[in-house]
Amino acid sequence: MDRSWMWRLGGALIMAMVVLSSVWTPPAHGISEAFQGKIYTPGPLKPVDSTLKVRVGDVAPDFTLPSISGEKVQLSQFRGQKHVVLSFVPAAWTPVCSDQWPGYNIAKELFEAHDAVVLGISVDNLPTLFAWTQEMGGLWFPVLSDFWPHGEVASRYGVLRSDGVSERATFIIDKEGVIRYIDIHDINERPSLESILKELQKLPSP
Amino acid sequence: MRRLKTFPAKLFVLLLFGACLAWAGWAHAESGLPDVGGTFPSIALEAPKDPAMRDYLGLGEAQTFTVDQVDADLVVVEIFSMYCPYCQREAPVVNAFYELAQKKNRPGKTVKILGIGAGNTAFEVDVFAKKYKVPFPLIADGDYSVHKTLGQVRTPYFIAVRRGPDGKRSVVYSQAGSIGSPEDFYRRLMGP
Repeated sequence: MDRSWMWRLGGALIMAMVVLSSVWTPPAHGISEAFQGKIYTPGPLKPVDSTLKVRVGDVAPDFTLPSISGEKVQLSQFRGQKHVVLSFVPAAWTPVCSDQWPGYNIAKELFEAHDAVVLGISVDNLPTLFAWTQEMGGLWFPVLSDFWPHGEVASRYGVLRSDGVSERATFIIDKEGVIRYIDIHDINERPSLESILKELQKLPSP
Repeated sequence: MRRLKTFPAKLFVLLLFGACLAWAGWAHAESGLPDVGGTFPSIALEAPKDPAMRDYLGLGEAQTFTVDQVDADLVVVEIFSMYCPYCQREAPVVNAFYELAQKKNRPGKTVKILGIGAGNTAFEVDVFAKKYKVPFPLIADGDYSVHKTLGQVRTPYFIAVRRGPDGKRSVVYSQAGSIGSPEDFYRRLMGP
């Protein structure tokens, strides 16, 4: 009986193991025990999968979206009042996203010190966003649903990925409504709070 | 056995051996979480800059230290993240445990606490410390190197390391999630 195929298959499998052992590192992010068993892990994703449609210096495209508190929020309502940190996260109930906004949640005073407000956005629908943020213990900043028309705001900014979720993207928009900072982050990694606050420091404070 | 005499067979055995070594190495690196009865990995941690925190840990002028060098009969290590809502909710509980341990400290029953911020920069650790008025040292692990060595545990994760009469250290507690009542946790680790 010719068993040469077994040898070839075995060899291929072992080679795959060796290669994987040398190049694959499991994603490293401290997943909160609070979400244990409730997080869908998609695995490593293409870092960026969209083409930006706005630039620093542009007037930020205005939008109105429903928030989980029941009110509609319009970007331009903050014009002349607050700097806006627009924080797109790809999807609720996923590893990195679930450990991002809770950090901003304990930094309310730091954002306020820079006369800034955070607007969290994802393409999830309101019930999903409500349940997810409740699991975090609630958030002080508005959380907006860009669900329908699906991802329209993400698309206008050029951060809608080909699979229908948004990038992990941060836009800082000053009180004049002008985009002053853009970070289209590797979707697999969490942007640091520090980098956002450093950019806010460059804007006029109260 | 005749096959082993052939070049492909020898290559196969060699590859198999290599693969086993590679997987063993990977598995060891990813399962560094110490079990109860084991030893805490000898990881070099950056010593706090705050002199009061250095005094608390008994570190002197060292730039780095290991958990085994902390001057205490029991060291509780909390792996946390400022981005983790559970860690945020647990912060007052751990602070209460610190206060209790300080109150009960006496020779032979000294307890020290140390936090390691998984994936947190020094700035982020400081935000957490200020927000929750954390009275014990928090060490940044911005590149997750400590977290990876400890098996990428969920946060918060608590590991308690006891110093035996012979000076040897061993892990007596290793668990994710809340420590529960500070009084019960203290009794569990130190007795009445």
